Amino acid sequence: MSDEKRTIVRVIGVRKTFTMGKVELEALKGVDLEIFAGEYISIMGPSGSGKSTLFNMIGGLDKPTEGKVFIDEVDISQLDAFELAWLRNRKIGYIFQTFNLIPVMTALENVTLPMTFAGMNADDAQDKGIELLKLVGLGDRFQHKPLELSGGQQQRVAVARSLANDPSIVLADEPTGNLDLTTGEEIIELLRMLSQDRGVTVISATHDYKMLNVSDRVVWVRDGQVDRIERREELDISIGSIGEKLTGHREPGA
Amino acid sequence: MSKPERLISLPFSKSVEISFKSLKVRFFRSMITVSSLVLAVSFLGFVLVNLDIATGMLQSGGREAARALSQAGYDVDMAQGAVAMSAKERWIVILSLLVCTVGIVNAQLMSVTERFSEIGVMKCLGALDSMILRLFLLEAAMQGLAGAFAGAVLGCVFSLLTGALRFGLPSLAHLPLASVLGSVGLATLAGCFLSLLGVLYPALLAARMDPIKAMRAEH
Repeated sequence: MSDEKRTIVRVIGVRKTFTMGKVELEALKGVDLEIFAGEYISIMGPSGSGKSTLFNMIGGLDKPTEGKVFIDEVDISQLDAFELAWLRNRKIGYIFQTFNLIPVMTALENVTLPMTFAGMNADDAQDKGIELLKLVGLGDRFQHKPLELSGGQQQRVAVARSLANDPSIVLADEPTGNLDLTTGEEIIELLRMLSQDRGVTVISATHDYKMLNVSDRVVWVRDGQVDRIERREELDISIGSIGEKLTGHREPGA
Repeated sequence: MSKPERLISLPFSKSVEISFKSLKVRFFRSMITVSSLVLAVSFLGFVLVNLDIATGMLQSGGREAARALSQAGYDVDMAQGAVAMSAKERWIVILSLLVCTVGIVNAQLMSVTERFSEIGVMKCLGALDSMILRLFLLEAAMQGLAGAFAGAVLGCVFSLLTGALRFGLPSLAHLPLASVLGSVGLATLAGCFLSLLGVLYPALLAARMDPIKAMRAEH
């Protein structure tokens, strides 16, 4: 992880304009960002800052009005529906604030669904699903429906689901937003462990300051632009500017 | 990332399993969705089996039966030995099926809307539009088959009962079994078709949704 830094997400001059009736709203005003494989990145910013929009762009859930987003050096605006589905299925794992498990399926079925889409056979999917649920500490509850689980447990299932097809990127949108302090910390710890042990790139949009301690870098978004990018070592001093971003990159990471 | 070596797939048997489970979990919800279909199809079945009974009577009872049937309001064609639906009856049947289709579209739209976020999640996990469409069509087909069959049998039973009450039990003796089965089958197929027709628009709507919009729709 430390020898050669490989860029996994590259955002170049991305603008996004929403038209709301007659008003044009510019949510992103030209964002450049580079994320390396295996990093733990937090995108921080107040609500309405364009944080979620940027997050959706990186996840291939939305297309920029202008500019390009590369995932693993592939321009996602060039992908057709099949390739985009493939990308969402294999390359990216999503975790949401509202957990978004499928309520009519058991924890195990939720975890194995992406594997089914990927064409894995049922027995292998079952085994891998149980293994993943064990990994997130829910080994004995795989037959429960989401509503029979607590919020923290549901989010654990969601984490397990995001890992279903061994993605290289896990995108977490406010993963602790609906959880209490302790459970939130547990989920953060789980994500940190994944990024360290499995080398997964974790990108999380958040305004939870607990996230700061575990992030390799923090991207501050304000008013549709990247305000500053800080590495963990710099965080307590908390000075930084857009200009510093470049020098920050070149130095070897943690 | 090289070219996807293996694209996303969902085997047919798995689709059937998922849609069946999803119906089972939402059993009462599905019953409500399908209730208007059951009623309309049972009416269709009722009318068709009534005709079968009348035809059976006509072919065995001759002139006397023809008179009794005419008195009961049937359109008797003595020359061909057949009984037809009266124009009025035909219209009522068509109207009831039309109303039923509107009812199904309405009910399916509601049930699809309830599941927007689920659809959004599936798309985030890599589901294709065609998969979502297939899941909904399969559900509607199963719902339609079960609902329409129940409706057709219900209509048939009612028709036999009223036939026995109006013309006496012996009138049923000459009832051709094959044509009754044919009528029940026809009514079931019609119901199944209507169910698929009704779900087409809601399902297309759901399948084409942006994952993000679909997920946020509820909140």
